[in-house]
Amino acid sequence: MLSYALRTLIRMVLTFFVIVTIVFFATRLSGNAIDFVIGEGMTSDDRDLLITYYELDRPVLSQYFAFLRSFTDGQFGLSFIERRPVAEIVMERIWPSTQLLLSAVGLTLLVSIPLGIAAAIWRKSWIGSAVMVMAFLGYAVPNFVLATLMVLVFSYWLNWLPVVGNGTALHFIMPTVALSGGLIAALTRFTRNAMLDVLGQDFMRTARAKGLPEHTVIVKHGLRNAGITILSVIGLQVAGLAASGSVVIEAIFAWPGIGDLLVTSALRRDYPVLQFGVLTVALAVIVINAVIDLAYAWADPRLRHTLKG
Amino acid sequence: MTHPAVSSTSAPAAALQLWRGADVIQKASIVIGLLLVFLAIFAPLIAPFDPSSQSLISRLRPPLGFERAKAGYLLGTDELGRDVFSRGLYGLRLTLMLAVLGATLGLLIGGALGLLAGIVGGRTEAGIMAAVDTQIAVPFTLVALFLLAILGSSIEVIVLVLGLAGWEQYARIVRGEVQRLMNMPFIEAARAAGAGPLRIARHHLLPNIVSPIVVQFTLSLSNIVLLESTLSFLGLGVQPPTATLGSMVGIGRDYMPTAPWIVAAPAMMILLITFAVQILGDWLRDGADVRLRER
Repeated sequence: MLSYALRTLIRMVLTFFVIVTIVFFATRLSGNAIDFVIGEGMTSDDRDLLITYYELDRPVLSQYFAFLRSFTDGQFGLSFIERRPVAEIVMERIWPSTQLLLSAVGLTLLVSIPLGIAAAIWRKSWIGSAVMVMAFLGYAVPNFVLATLMVLVFSYWLNWLPVVGNGTALHFIMPTVALSGGLIAALTRFTRNAMLDVLGQDFMRTARAKGLPEHTVIVKHGLRNAGITILSVIGLQVAGLAASGSVVIEAIFAWPGIGDLLVTSALRRDYPVLQFGVLTVALAVIVINAVIDLAYAWADPRLRHTLKG
Repeated sequence: MTHPAVSSTSAPAAALQLWRGADVIQKASIVIGLLLVFLAIFAPLIAPFDPSSQSLISRLRPPLGFERAKAGYLLGTDELGRDVFSRGLYGLRLTLMLAVLGATLGLLIGGALGLLAGIVGGRTEAGIMAAVDTQIAVPFTLVALFLLAILGSSIEVIVLVLGLAGWEQYARIVRGEVQRLMNMPFIEAARAAGAGPLRIARHHLLPNIVSPIVVQFTLSLSNIVLLESTLSFLGLGVQPPTATLGSMVGIGRDYMPTAPWIVAAPAMMILLITFAVQILGDWLRDGADVRLRER
């Protein structure tokens, strides 16, 4: 188990290092960022001054090492536009994003696990079909279309919900639902398949033959076993999907999170912010994946015992 | 559900066989898909107006059948008085074109790397698979945002970004298939007969991995349409005044309270594309059972 954890850690660090390197060189490939940011009307003296200030005149490799060093001393540079430390700008955004993410993942778990179980148990009746149709719709409807439709209906027509910001609990409703849509679809499908696999096992018949009540059989014998597989998909897919989804959803609802920050800094070509923001999200996804991976190894007795040996 | 039989009969006969095996929803998807492709190809002939010609006098008119509608403008006009129907057609054309180009590029990159990994093995394979793992570990929307911001939103860059979106799937599938096939007697026979790696790849490997690739191509197409629409929606895709379906929704959003039709038409088209392609992809996958073969 310990060596497995160590290997996961090493892989994590390596992946992150590769991403850092790619991000750095990709940014330098694009030419001089100063020209994008300042635009016309700047004297060449001012331009040179800025280039020297941001150290863009040094050889690429030495810039790269300076960039790597920034990870140890925590100085990630200033935003081209806000002229504030990048780390500060990104840090302010982490909590709102986390809040939205947690509420979306919470809603996803609450909805999709019962639905997935229901769809597996009543696979052949209309309940199963209805759930699967819903899951398909959730999968095929892009989140920005869903969000736009909700804004149209609940904000403009019915005037029930606020569109922009994260001030009150009401503000959470639409972003959470829009972000969860795709996640719910994915996790419902997955829960159903995992449950179907388990429901066909011999030990389920044994549990019923022992005279256990049906709900005990489903929850204790079924869900516990399916849960391990479900856990793995939450890590592998949900973290990635949620990160991609929150970029779009936060931009639509002007949610003051990292996703919104990434879109605005991409549109304004604020490279230092974009660079640091992308790395932060990538790191978060990698860490979440690694943690789930370890939890998975720990939760599955079969895996736990092989790893011990 | 009946599955299409994967056989080697002639193309029209195979198509007929596929059609007979489809259920109602699948048939509807085929019809919708063909219709969308038809509309996209003949957009310049069908569209009643130039998609970019503005007419500020007749701006924000609703679709025909509503009050204040203007004759000739089937789906109404947008904030600059441009015909929503014509813009939708051209948007559909561009969206589908970008998606097909992107998916093809992904297929070429991923297929070539997968083939290389499967045939050469060793360090090359380890390197390629490490790249695949890295790509899987990072949410692609981030990569796309980043690349578009630094390289600019030209058509070439967008196709490149869309191509990078799905290559790792092809690489995994092709590598797996190649490894499976390489152990088969007929490859050994070919090698014994003196065939070089290129000949083996072209004549013995590629024909055998066509069907999982076709399935993956269909499945990835709807993802790529979604990615392109999302990026245009955010303002990072093809730049105005050129219309894509995503940017029509993105820009039309500002006029939604008074003119919801600007958003409705392109949003419906996006839904139709993803529905049809997704259903067809699932159907093909069930038929070819790529998942089972992947291992």
